[in-house]
Amino acid sequence: MTVTQPDSTSGALTTGRPTFGRLLWLLVLAGVLVALTVMSVVIGSRDVEWSDILAALGGSTDNIGQGAVAKRIPRTVLALLVGAALGLAGAVMQGVTRNPLADPGILGVNMGASLAVVVGMAYFGLWTQTSMIWVAILGAGIAALFVYTVGSLGRGGATPLKLALSGAATSAAFASFITAVVLPRNDIAGSVRSWQIGGVGGASFDAVGQALPFLAVGFVVSLLSARSLNSLALGDEVAAGLGERVAIARGIAALGAVLLCGAATAIAGPIAFVGLVVPHLCRMLIGVDNRWLLPFSALTGAALLTAADILGRIVARPSEIDVGIITALIGAPFFIYIVRRQKIREL
Amino acid sequence: MTATLDTSTSGTDTVAANRVRRGRRRRGIIAVLVVLVAAAFAASLMFGKTFYPPSDVMRVILGEDVPGASFTVGTLRIPRTVLAVVAGICFGLGGVTFQTMLRNPLASPDIIGISSGASAAAAFAIIVLSLGGSQVSAVAIVAGLAVAVLIYALSFRNGVAGTRLILIGIGIAAMLDSLTSYLLSTAATWDLQETTRWLTGSLNGTTWTATVPVLVALAVFGPVLLGQTRNLSMLQLGDDTAQALGVRVERTRIVLIIAAVGLIAFATAAAGPIAFVAFLSGPIAARIVGPGTSLVVPAALVGALLVLVADFCGQYAFGTRYPVGVVTGVLGAPYLVYLIIRSNRSGGSL
Repeated sequence: MTVTQPDSTSGALTTGRPTFGRLLWLLVLAGVLVALTVMSVVIGSRDVEWSDILAALGGSTDNIGQGAVAKRIPRTVLALLVGAALGLAGAVMQGVTRNPLADPGILGVNMGASLAVVVGMAYFGLWTQTSMIWVAILGAGIAALFVYTVGSLGRGGATPLKLALSGAATSAAFASFITAVVLPRNDIAGSVRSWQIGGVGGASFDAVGQALPFLAVGFVVSLLSARSLNSLALGDEVAAGLGERVAIARGIAALGAVLLCGAATAIAGPIAFVGLVVPHLCRMLIGVDNRWLLPFSALTGAALLTAADILGRIVARPSEIDVGIITALIGAPFFIYIVRRQKIREL
Repeated sequence: MTATLDTSTSGTDTVAANRVRRGRRRRGIIAVLVVLVAAAFAASLMFGKTFYPPSDVMRVILGEDVPGASFTVGTLRIPRTVLAVVAGICFGLGGVTFQTMLRNPLASPDIIGISSGASAAAAFAIIVLSLGGSQVSAVAIVAGLAVAVLIYALSFRNGVAGTRLILIGIGIAAMLDSLTSYLLSTAATWDLQETTRWLTGSLNGTTWTATVPVLVALAVFGPVLLGQTRNLSMLQLGDDTAQALGVRVERTRIVLIIAAVGLIAFATAAAGPIAFVAFLSGPIAARIVGPGTSLVVPAALVGALLVLVADFCGQYAFGTRYPVGVVTGVLGAPYLVYLIIRSNRSGGSL
């Protein structure tokens, strides 16, 4: 079971894909990202004049319009960062588990981070950004380990069905625990709830700055594992034959993904399906080589989450729809599409 | 059938004897479950913040005016407890029907998104359309059926495979739950207790207006399901075998789906999708009753017992009042994980 569709001809095609095509896509993607970034600053529930937008970009907050734009700037940065983290984490997880349904949301990793954060808030008074991030990363790691262990028990290892099921079950269990922890605590209920739905709305540069070191390490570790993920894609035995230390390579790559999910969840709440959709889209564009796929997934993830955030601001004017809800509404049909495409024995 | 028809073939003899023993055992277990449900029902009426002796409760039920008890028992506890029993039965029946029909314990309506659909529709009807009462139930049942049809259609590719249906159902459920979250976030007053009703189920603030439609639904759909018990167990043998045994497969399946979704949707419109009751009742009943007999009635009773006990614990066992769905969720989700671990280990495909 490989991440690619088992079709020998397309496999041959993808490996022979010219670098030129990839660079072209990279250019397109960069253009889209710039356009989305501009839109994210310009579009919002309040219409703001261009002059005010430019003034706000210069640091001025003299009137309401400029103030609104000033709030959109950290929000845009956060959406770009979190999207990139989730897209990259999804690609790494699909590589590590060799499973097309792997996603930090579906596998329960984001819920694990959430539960850890909520428990930290409720019982240990861990309210500062940094402590929340540490706790979230711990929770994400434990959840990832647990779900992977449960999903790979028995015959055939971690098949898509077993992994997705154990992820969904673990998510459900964590969600119940979160409700049980939060309900008696009216003091934290409101903030937990707004954080939990998954929002980038309340972003501040302070919070982004706190998460940045963790995200940076996560990005570096994940991107550096591209080569070993390429070997792993050939199967554990071939990878070992190529001189890859399979368990260590897998562990390092997974650590990178966990860092990314934990930090992203701590600052924006659990956001599902970005990590699922993005790598699949990228594979269609540029093929299966992880050295290209991983950076592309990061960029596409950033674009997708920013687009979802903009969409949430447009459709429900004058209020907003949280970005986590939009990604679920876009991502779940995609999930279904992937499930439909798989042959039964591969599930 | 008696066990002593034929002495020459001891094989048949044992089979027949076993069958009689199983039948007796099953009836005994059902009787025990009925007694347990009745006991839990009575206890829920008597105990609480204030204890009322059985005599007071009886007098309230008979319509006499008892100071204090008339309000606490008559207005608060009786509708709530009746809804607990009826909703539990509905979820148990609906769950076990789907699980048996699709031959997979994971194919219960609360896992494959049917409850989520009914719940999202109920929240939509109340928050956006400002409907109430039976209109909410009507919207919920339409949505529940639509989701059932959608999942079935989406998982159809050279026949419906159980695994594909479950995964697609999980995807649909994720989508619908996020829709519910959004609807709740737009509601004028946001109240966590009220929110949990549409996400995990709650019996708080139950009145007769909520309870009566569910009672009616059970009275209508319950007998339909019970009448199909025999066909249901034949469907379990596979479509071809069932057909050969004289079951009109498609017709039976449609009747079963409508009745099961009806029960789930009405119960959900009143109490929310009480987490995992539909999923848990069947497997627990199977554990108790053992293989080879119909699970429909035992599962209904287990469902009622689960909701009654979980609601009672949620109200009084902890410092806070937990909605019933939180209690069943905390119990049910780990059981789901355990079920997956066990089946993965034994190499089965669930």
